[in-house]
Amino acid sequence: MDIRLRAPLTKKAALELRAGDRVLLNGVIYTARDAAHARLTDVLEKGEAFPFDLQDSVIYYVGPSPARPGRVIGAAGPTTSYRMDAYAPRLIEAGLRGMIGKGMRSPQVIDSMKKYGAVYFGALGGGAALIAGSVVAAEPVCYEDLGTEAVQRLTVRDFPATVVIDAQGADLYRLGRADYLRSL
Amino acid sequence: MREISSGAVTASVCQMCAGANMVLPEDIAGRIRECREREPWPAARDTLDKLCQNMDIARREAIPLCQDTGMACVFLALGQDARIVGGDLYEAVHEGIRQGYAQGYLRRSVVADPLRRKNTGDNTPALIHTDIVPGDRLTITLSPKGFGSENMSRLAMLTPAAGAAGVKDFVVETVSLAGPNPCPPIVVGVGIGGSFDQVALLAKKALLRGLDEPHPDPYYREMELELWEKINRLGIGPQGFGGQTTALGVSIETLPTHIAGLPVAVNISCHATRRVSVVL
Ligand code: SF4
Repeated sequence: MDIRLRAPLTKKAALELRAGDRVLLNGVIYTARDAAHARLTDVLEKGEAFPFDLQDSVIYYVGPSPARPGRVIGAAGPTTSYRMDAYAPRLIEAGLRGMIGKGMRSPQVIDSMKKYGAVYFGALGGGAALIAGSVVAAEPVCYEDLGTEAVQRLTVRDFPATVVIDAQGADLYRLGRADYLRSL
Repeated sequence: MREISSGAVTASVCQMCAGANMVLPEDIAGRIRECREREPWPAARDTLDKLCQNMDIARREAIPLCQDTGMACVFLALGQDARIVGGDLYEAVHEGIRQGYAQGYLRRSVVADPLRRKNTGDNTPALIHTDIVPGDRLTITLSPKGFGSENMSRLAMLTPAAGAAGVKDFVVETVSLAGPNPCPPIVVGVGIGGSFDQVALLAKKALLRGLDEPHPDPYYREMELELWEKINRLGIGPQGFGGQTTALGVSIETLPTHIAGLPVAVNISCHATRRVSVVL
């Protein structure tokens, strides 16, 4: 059974999630990848005003392809998350509650997730056409000069994702593989 | 000399861009479906179903299969009896990419400088490799390559003593280290032999060969199957959530090499392994 979740995500809801849970996200999430992360953490370092409400927010690691006329967004699947590992702990400390991407995370990121109660979701890597259907609105927030790497505010309806690493640090990449290998 | 106009090159390249990013080659799509049928782990089967749905939506709605529409890897096989007229061949290819990526609403993912990182805004330059071949035709192959999988690729200069066992270990280790990062199920291109520079290109060229075309030499054909099986025994599975289908297949290409060397390169590609060819 898929769990329907609201985004922004409360700490209470985040703490209830377990690695392996399949969720459908509803609400508002923000896009950011490499270049935007560098700028966002810089904003935090300098103590400037953050361009969106970071508290309890969910960031989606994605650089969408351009939208055709009449469409909300182009293809919009996740990018590999480890490239954001250098920045994620700082954002989690400042209120970030959820990250959506694909692939492994560093021990430092997982430590911050445990400490502050944050969750890492996996979206279908290379499933960009499928995922695009769950995005109902997209508006620019900042850094439009970065092109596909600009920060956008996405309104999502039943965005499909899987809890990969939960706020207790359990990791589906390890657990899922071990379960399968045990079944042989 | 048969003449081929640079304008025809641009038009062909432009025309290939959108299709290459929206429809998978038959061998890849077919292999995803076969693996879906054979997959014993329910969660993995479910993920493979979603990838099939993704293929259907991309084709039906003309949306790229993956938002990373890649760097445009272009392979030219230019017949020695053909002559390009009307302009520079490579510029004609770049222009085709420029137009094709704009018209197809494809993502521009190229930065002009590796450290200063300003996006070129039109997905050029393409990465062009040229082979001079017999005949008077020009074959153009476009293979948009995503970097989630490219980043997981590796190269080693092994010693001859490492032998076939060393090569196999290196390939399996590379896939194991990559884990969930390159969007498994992956396609594994392996280059063996040549030199430091050649072996990497060889691994990329291995990805151009259809999964339904095993290596012509039985020795390497068996190695491809053995590696595929070993990789699928890792249990990484689709998306890294566990399962049998970690790889869709393994392709090996080889070259003669030096008495002192055994170069090996592994170019990882994802389930969105895209390629189209046209002959002019
Ligand atoms: S690795 Fe392949 S499927 Fe995954 S995001 Fe990159 S291009 Fe897409």
